[in-house]
This record gives sequence, C-alpha cells and structure tokens, in this order.
Amino acid sequence: MHPPPPIYPYVTPAELRSGGVGRTRVAIVGAGPVGLACAIDLAQHGIDFIIVDDNNTVSAGSRAICWAKRTLEILDRLGCGDAACARGVSWKVGKVFFRGKLAYEFDLLPEPGHKRPAFINLQQYLLEEIMVERLGALGHRVRWKNKAVGVTQREDGARLEAETPDGRYAIEADYVIAADGARSAVRGMLGLAWKGQVFRDRFLIADVSMHGDFPTERWFWFDPPFHSGGSALLHKQANDTWRIDLQLGWECDPDEEKKPEHVIPRIRAMLGPDRAFELEWVSVYTFQCARLERFVHDHVIFVGDAAHQVSPFGARGGNSGIQDADNLCWKLARVVRDESPASLLQTYNDERVEAANENILNSSRSTDFITPKSHASRQMRDAVLALSQKHDFARRLVNSGRLSTPTAHRASDSSTHDSDSFNCALTPGAPAVDAPVQVAGRDTSLLDRLGGRFDLLVFDANEDMTNALECEFGSSLRVARIAPERSSSEAAFADAEGLASRRYDAQSSAVYLLRPDQHVAARWRTPSVAEVRSALQRAQGIA
Amino acid sequence: MTLDSEVNIQQPDDFYQALIEAHAGLSDEQSAALNARLVLLLANQIGDLNTLRQAIAAARALI
Repeated sequence: MHPPPPIYPYVTPAELRSGGVGRTRVAIVGAGPVGLACAIDLAQHGIDFIIVDDNNTVSAGSRAICWAKRTLEILDRLGCGDAACARGVSWKVGKVFFRGKLAYEFDLLPEPGHKRPAFINLQQYLLEEIMVERLGALGHRVRWKNKAVGVTQREDGARLEAETPDGRYAIEADYVIAADGARSAVRGMLGLAWKGQVFRDRFLIADVSMHGDFPTERWFWFDPPFHSGGSALLHKQANDTWRIDLQLGWECDPDEEKKPEHVIPRIRAMLGPDRAFELEWVSVYTFQCARLERFVHDHVIFVGDAAHQVSPFGARGGNSGIQDADNLCWKLARVVRDESPASLLQTYNDERVEAANENILNSSRSTDFITPKSHASRQMRDAVLALSQKHDFARRLVNSGRLSTPTAHRASDSSTHDSDSFNCALTPGAPAVDAPVQVAGRDTSLLDRLGGRFDLLVFDANEDMTNALECEFGSSLRVARIAPERSSSEAAFADAEGLASRRYDAQSSAVYLLRPDQHVAARWRTPSVAEVRSALQRAQGIA
Repeated sequence: MTLDSEVNIQQPDDFYQALIEAHAGLSDEQSAALNARLVLLLANQIGDLNTLRQAIAAARALI
C-alpha cells in the first residue's frame, strides 16, 4: 500500500495579513506538474512570482504517467530529473497485440549514449511531490488552498483574485500563467473559446497494486480474448502500481462501470484468476482533442492542458505541458526584466501552437485507429490488424498511440535558417540532442551542461575563430568548446567517443547557438561574430 | 508518380475475373474485409503518397 498523500500547510497570505493588494512579477494559477515546472524555472531565473492552487495536496490518481526523454532532460535542468528517474520505471519497448497475438513491437530509443531513457513511468502525484520539494529547496512554496476566482487584464499587467480560508485578496502581476488544467477556470474567466473534437468513446482507467512479473513494457491489445471487441492497456508505474486502461464504448454507463463489482471482474479477466491485486483508483473518462486559438492573451498566458488537450494515447498531455513551461519561462524572465520586448512572447505562442497542432494531429490519428468513427473506418482498422500478422508494412500502420516526441520548431521566427549544410537529424528549432562527454576528466552528459542561459557550443574549431567568439560573447553567453581530446578546463567538453560530433554533424568545425531551453537557435561551420550576434538577437526577439 | 488512367494491367479480363472470384461465397461483411485488405496491400505496392492521394481523390470524385 502507498503512504497517504502529503497534506501541505495553508498559510494566510501576506496580502490578507497586511490588508493591501499584493504585487508580483508573475502569478501562476495551478500547481500541477506544468505550473510547478513554471515556478521552478522562474525561481531558477530569479524572477519574483507566486503560485496558487485551490487544493492542499497532490493530484488524485495517477493521471499522467509516461514522461518522455525530452521531458526528463527538462526536469534535469529544473533539478528534478534524478529524483524522478530514481522513483520511476524506465521503459522503451512497446508491444501491440491483436486477438492475443503480437502484431507490432517498437523500441523508442534503439541507440545508447543518452543520459535519459526513452520514457519513465511515474505517477503524476509522485512527480508533483518531487517538484514541490524542489521548489521548497529553492526557497519558494505554493500558496495552497488559494483558489483563483478572478483574473482581469490591466494596461500594464493582470490582476488575480484568490479566495482562501481567511477570505479574498488581490494581487497584481506583470503576467498571469494559467496552468489550471483541462477545465481551466481562468479560460472561463476570460471567456475564451475552446475548439476541437470530442470522441464518442469511454475508457475505464484504473491503478492496480500488485506484484506482477510482466515486463516493464507498454502492452496494448486490440480485441483481446479477455476484453472482446475493445482495446486494453497494461503499463507498470512506480511502487508496484500498474496502469490498466480498458475501452468500454460510448453506450456504457460510466457510474455503473466505476463500481468495484464491475471493475474487478474485468481486471481479473485480464490478469488471470490467480493474481492478487488491489484497486487503488478507478475512473471512467472520455476525451477530446481541442485547443485555444492563441495561448498568449495580453498579460495572461496559457500552458499545458489549460491551453490544449489531447487523448491520453501517446502521452502527449503532460509532456507537452512541461515543454510549454520550458519554452515560456526563459522568455518571460527576459521580458519582465526588460531584456527583451514583450513581442518575444509571441514566439512562445507560435512555437507551442505548432507543437499543440502536432500533438493533436498525432493524438487524433491514434484515436481514429483505436476508436474508429464509422463502419468503414473500423473495417480498414481491422484489415490493418489482420494483415499485421503476416505483413511487415501493415505493422507500421498499427496505431496504439504515437508516443510523445518534442517538436522541432523549424519555421520559428526565433531560429536562423541554415546557411551551411548539415547532415544530421538535428535542425534549427529542435532541442539539442544528448551525448556522453567528459568535463575536467569526469563523465557527464552534454545536456546536463547546457541550458538556463544561451550557450555557444563550439566544436573543435580553429583557434582564431573560437578566440574571437569567446572575446565577443564570453560575458553574455556561455562559450563551451568541445573537442575529441580531454582537457582539465571546466569550460571544455571532451567528446571521447565522438558521439556528440556525429549527432551534431560537426565534421571539422561547427558552432551551435542554443537557447536557454536548449533548442537550437542557429548553427554554422565557421561563423563571423556578426552572424552569431544577429542570430542571438533574433532568438532574443531584439532584432 | 502520377495516377495512371490508361491501361496498365496486362490482362485486364483475367485480373477482373480473379478479383470477382476472390469474393465468391463470401458474406457482405467478409467481402468488405477482403476489399479493405486488398486496398492496403496494393497501396503499399504503390508506396508513393502523392499517387495514393490522387487515387483516393479519383475514387471519391465519382460519389
């Protein structure tokens, strides 16, 4: 059994003790994983903020469970990666069964030399606990039991009203971040339209506690013998907890299906009659693919499920939310410090709308496969599954969820298009890729050493160019040299295995300008100081 | 690749006979399943997405 969820203390807000209107740079509404990611990132940037949540504990039920490699890299930058990976279950293999037989198998990270695995599974409530702890270590706390009840735009910011056990207060902020989830109250307060597609299907979701000897792989069944006509999913989480997901169809009665007398026989049929298990949490859900038209509304900025929603197949909800926070916070930090104009936030909007569209597209396609909307669609789906038994090509059409990958913002206004040719998967706008490197003789990972500020990664370049870049940019950004041979300097990375050089197609020379969120802003073979300056200003929204 | 409207099948009557015979004795549901599998197998043989889109549009245009 699990320990009970933590209860966090409510503290009377300063505004209610003093009676005045509060003042902060950024007010975050919602302390789920996405709001907490924003809070930690802003704390690391040294920005004054508050974060409010209407509850005083973590989320109920596991909800988001699969955290993708890119999200783990962001959590590393936020100081939560080790704790999350220590408690989570690593996995990379997915198997899809049709009528009890293996139809398709995928490996999400077939190559070595990455610090983080393809995925870990960790219940949302456990990740939230880790993030609350990290925020505390940074000297900040969530204002628990502070419910946002009003958000109004002002000329120079936004005003947040919150209700607490001691009454109401108001706080004025330069910006409000709405991280209050799929049923965002802030979205309602601003009267914003929520457009998309609701899928007519219902799924039973359950957390089951058991000692299972199933491998830590994602197992997905279409039409299994134990749940005829529907789909099923089994996936291991931390603490011997397993996620089970069963398709019930639109016509079922969700209140009836939630009752243990209905749930337990279904799960027993799946796990076998001899398996002892305990039901931890159960819910019946429907889902939709929808988003706000814009994520930035003057001084109110939407992140995570408050901005966009997808089906759970593909783990694109929680992951894209953390990636929203990663994209937003360095920009917001620059804007509230007057280092960049407010128009920089438009690039958050454009890039994350692009990501939401990509996630919604992938999620809708998976849903069309899992929940065919017409007889013809079901026939085609069943034909794919039937062919997959014997024909390789059909296995690639089987879609039980295309799992979260980060969006490469190729067309972003922030990115400088290549003027030199590169031959690698990495492109401008994409997140930097990891590789093992050595710093001052110690083994480490490249991504652990990057981010939080602009980096200029200089591969084995000619000495004159590197010196010129260091001389010009050494104070405004971090210039890191990377070369095959080891060096005792903390500012030099050794690429002993040559993997970094290969993954960045460095050949004889390459220079990468990376944003504080580790995305590639620009790259060249041998750039001039002026070219780097221009790309830096473009990424900072100054040009 | 563009969609071929001219004859490409070498023995058209033999092909058509084989296609019809494949459905002999099948229920409507089984025939529909056979057609769906056939579409997928042939689509993979063509491979080129642009050609496939043209074929889909050409079929749809007659409805």
